[in-house]
Amino acid sequence: MDSSQGTTTHFEKEKTSFDTKAVWRTFWILLGITLFELIIAIIYYETQFFPKHILNGVFVIMTLAKAFFIVAEFMHLGHEIKNLIMTIAIPACLFIWFLIAFMWDGSSYHELRMRYDSYQYEQSKTKVVQPEKHEEGKKPGKE
Amino acid sequence: MAHTVPVGQKWWSGGRSPFNVEYGKLMMWYFLMSDAFTFGAFLISYGTIRFSSSSWPNPNEVFRSFPIIGEMSVPLAFVSLMTFILIMSSVTMVMAVGAGQIHDRKAVMKWMFLTILGGLAFLGCQAWEWTHLHEEGAWWGRNPFMNIDGTQSTTNFTNYFFTITGFHGFHVFSGVIINIIMLIKTWRGDFERKGHYLMIEKAGLYWHFVDLVWVFVFTCFYLL
Repeated sequence: MDSSQGTTTHFEKEKTSFDTKAVWRTFWILLGITLFELIIAIIYYETQFFPKHILNGVFVIMTLAKAFFIVAEFMHLGHEIKNLIMTIAIPACLFIWFLIAFMWDGSSYHELRMRYDSYQYEQSKTKVVQPEKHEEGKKPGKE
Repeated sequence: MAHTVPVGQKWWSGGRSPFNVEYGKLMMWYFLMSDAFTFGAFLISYGTIRFSSSSWPNPNEVFRSFPIIGEMSVPLAFVSLMTFILIMSSVTMVMAVGAGQIHDRKAVMKWMFLTILGGLAFLGCQAWEWTHLHEEGAWWGRNPFMNIDGTQSTTNFTNYFFTITGFHGFHVFSGVIINIIMLIKTWRGDFERKGHYLMIEKAGLYWHFVDLVWVFVFTCFYLL
């Protein structure tokens, strides 16, 4: 940190643009999104009302929204200059390829297994008998 | 509110940081990028395995316990509490950074202390959750839960769960240690002498990153 004295003069001092209101707004947004996710997760669990695929899409979009708010507001990236934003945002785009390629690979693997691996196929059709639930009281040292 | 750059400013002609941030802070960003790819690799590997499996245990069945209330089934309640704790500690961390910018040493110490408490609370919750799952028979290589469609589940579920939440928990733990060091340095007046609280901002970036990763872990393991 010996060069810190020098560096501080090199970049323009931010005029303490700290905004408490914005922080709390971000907090409420994050909390709201999380609660909403939980509510629809539990409604789905109780009623199986809508297709899980659509629900998963909703969850992914809300997760990305939360990630955006954390990075832009809490990590302050939204208030940095464009050069910095781009060196973070462009490499992060690799995740798009990363996700598509590997999820595709996974489902292809699944199809191959179901078609050629008779053991796996049998397993995916055989229901197991639910083992007896452990009695909570039987275990020592458990409330 | 974005930082305004004077028109015609030449950022790349030398003599200044083209990113307008201090060197250490920039490097923290790049470290976090690499860490994001590590977590990304873990989570995408989990996703691949999950896509290649015909079924998977139901998180609402697995994560339905809460301390003290015993047998009552409250799906996902405990993990929401953990999420809330982590978001809250992110807020206190931002407050510490804000207090550092106006050189309010007392306030920095107060907010850092609260952030550390939040981190410890999160770790405590995770310890409880792991202990509880372990008592139910879940561990690396052991999976007592059935798939949602009633078929036999593999140990992939528990292996990924414990590895990824463990790796995240280790990050939280390191974050708490870093924050404790920052608190001590603030208390000793190191940053006051140096003239800036940029170290708090760097620790803050790391701490928010831990929160960011949790958002993804939460979705991948508890919601999808």
